[in-house]
Amino acid sequence: MRVTKTGNEAMAEAMRQINPDVVAAYPITPATEIVQIFANFVADGLVDTEFIAVESEHSAMSACIGACAVGARTMTSTASQGLALMWEMLYIASGLRLPIVLAEVNRSLSSPINIHCDHSDTMGARDAGWIQIFCENAQEAYDSLIQAVRIAEESLLPIMVTTDGFIISHGMETMELIEDKEVKTFIGEYKPKYTVLDIDNPITMGAIDFTDYYFEHKRQTIEAMRNSKEIIAKVNQEFGAKFGRHYEFFEEYKLEDADIAIVVLGSTAGTSKVVIDELRQKGIKAGLLKLRVFRPFPVQEIAQILSRIPCVAVMDRSDSLNASGGPVWTEIRSALYDFNTRPKMINYIYGLGGRNIGLEMLRSVFEDLKNILKTDKIDKQIRYLGVRE
Amino acid sequence: MATLKELSHKKELLSGGHRACAGCTEPIAVRQILMATDTPIVVCCPTGCLEVTTTIFPYTAWRMPWIHSAFENAAATISGVETGYKALKKRGKIDKEIKFIAIGGDGGTYDIGFQSLSGAMERGHNILYVCLDNEAYMNTGIQRSSATPKGAHTTTSPAGKVIPGKKTFRKDLSACIAAHNVPYVAQSIPSMWKDLTNKVQKALAVNGPTFINVLVPCRLGWGFPPEKAIDIGREAVNSCFWPLYEVENGEWKLTYKPKEKTPVKDWLKSQVRFKHLFRPENESILQEIQTEVDHNWERLQKLCEFSVGLV
Ligand SMILES: Cc1ncc(C[n+]2csc(CCOP(=O)(O)OP(=O)(O)O)c2C)c(N)n1
Ligand code: SF4
Repeated sequence: MRVTKTGNEAMAEAMRQINPDVVAAYPITPATEIVQIFANFVADGLVDTEFIAVESEHSAMSACIGACAVGARTMTSTASQGLALMWEMLYIASGLRLPIVLAEVNRSLSSPINIHCDHSDTMGARDAGWIQIFCENAQEAYDSLIQAVRIAEESLLPIMVTTDGFIISHGMETMELIEDKEVKTFIGEYKPKYTVLDIDNPITMGAIDFTDYYFEHKRQTIEAMRNSKEIIAKVNQEFGAKFGRHYEFFEEYKLEDADIAIVVLGSTAGTSKVVIDELRQKGIKAGLLKLRVFRPFPVQEIAQILSRIPCVAVMDRSDSLNASGGPVWTEIRSALYDFNTRPKMINYIYGLGGRNIGLEMLRSVFEDLKNILKTDKIDKQIRYLGVRE
Repeated sequence: MATLKELSHKKELLSGGHRACAGCTEPIAVRQILMATDTPIVVCCPTGCLEVTTTIFPYTAWRMPWIHSAFENAAATISGVETGYKALKKRGKIDKEIKFIAIGGDGGTYDIGFQSLSGAMERGHNILYVCLDNEAYMNTGIQRSSATPKGAHTTTSPAGKVIPGKKTFRKDLSACIAAHNVPYVAQSIPSMWKDLTNKVQKALAVNGPTFINVLVPCRLGWGFPPEKAIDIGREAVNSCFWPLYEVENGEWKLTYKPKEKTPVKDWLKSQVRFKHLFRPENESILQEIQTEVDHNWERLQKLCEFSVGLV
């Protein structure tokens, strides 16, 4: 069914169709609407979810952990400071191997306080043991959230599906909805292996590990993250076969023969495609790698592709504040280390706090790449795009 | 209400072999709590002595389902557990009757966990929250909490040359929770097993959020011989430092009235943490504490008198 929806409406719609057992959430711009719309679904009886309007994001994630531990299909939504306040509990959710699904809307972190999009919040949680999917548009967010339920439950890891604040969350888009019935069939029923409601086979969940066990338990979570790759691929494939929309770990756009390429996450991918089309018309071999699954990081596959390309710009919509580039940059650089042929690479930090990234700026990135290709020289490796300096 | 004999025949849900200090009253309190009902229970603990002494992997002292997630959020975690149960019940995936209890220390309840506790009480979950109040953060080595009594020596309110221990009086958490207008709030102590088990039974019979604050003498943090733990608790009650009462649907009731109110000094004297108060220069502090205890006791009695029939 074709409809026009904002990213937040699309996320909420997916949640309605998923009809989780429990949603515990706390509002924060620009994710607030997801919770509001969902609360209305509950109030109108369109879902029979138990909705807990908790008193903080810390408690939202804590309640999700409790609910998921009893074997309830559990979801929440947040952004920015909300995700930051969940930080402690994010690790506990993955450590306890609870398949919680989170609709995250990317927004900058304080201070200074700012409500607009960048990826600082999600990147801040990148090592928390959550699968992370960055979406280009509302359609992808909707589809990914439905897939997320299966991916989480099969890998026994929590998962966050993210959209870019305001750009996607509040932008209207025409998109395709799946029938309620088909969503239900696709996600199936959740059958947890262990629950804290099993009175006859009681378990102790969240015990203390000393030095003799902690490492082994962490190792298992690490292995689960590794294994989730296969599950993500399988679920993507099934989804594509059923509904005709295919999503891989990343998307290659005109990369095959590219001389210059950029790597981006999220909504900027759409804008980049426009610029690449322009350049292609002028005979310039430009391409894009849109990274969709950031955790687990598809290290081999990405390196394989990028190693063939002479000149690459990695676009980071957040900074690691490590004085040496953004988080995507460091991962991609590390991925390429083992290859004999490696691209010349530069890193752009852009769009912090919702600073607009337009066609003109992206054109300038490709212009820089062209120059590097021509002169074989990089004067500045870490660059800041669109900032007054 | 069950007799001691009946209770003693029940299966112990907290096994021996846990690592709590000898003479710790936390496991004693927990055993009494778990004995109080025949309904299956799921327990959630925040981080603290009880959690770390009973769940050292690969062992567990809990013969029942149990969950811990973090320090400040037992109330929120149990909110999720109870809600998940409700959701699964509604969808016909479980039909057993199960009750939910969170058991936290004073630190995890009065201080860092106060927000999540207040939230859970306000939202009306069908849970019992029990605070095991040993009047300090014992698990991290006896630091002051807002439940630490005035004058007590702790590692973050040490009795030094110019400051004689904790400067302020305790927070009255039981009254704070009563002000949430939940159906049942009580104070109890494992030294009075019948009082505690009765209150747990009552709380679990209620549909809605309930709270019981239990004073649990800590031999390490308070400084007394292990065999004295139960007696010291009783003395706290008889001196009216720790009155036993309940607030049922807004009605305050004493559940125990000491035959003779003993001087609080006697109770303080039995513990190392108050030793410095017995130096001549600190006499006024002893007096202040007695005045505070008297005042609170008077006020509590008036509350009980006043609220009869109001509800
Ligand atoms: C966020 C956070 N801060 C601090 C700690 C360290 N910590 C663990 S237990 C504890 C004190 C527990 O005290 P209390 O709740 O009174 O329980 P007790 O051990 O005295 O029974 C502290 C401070 C923690 N686990 N998490
Ligand atoms: S330190 Fe105190 S509360 Fe903790 S186990 Fe020992 S006696 Fe019990």
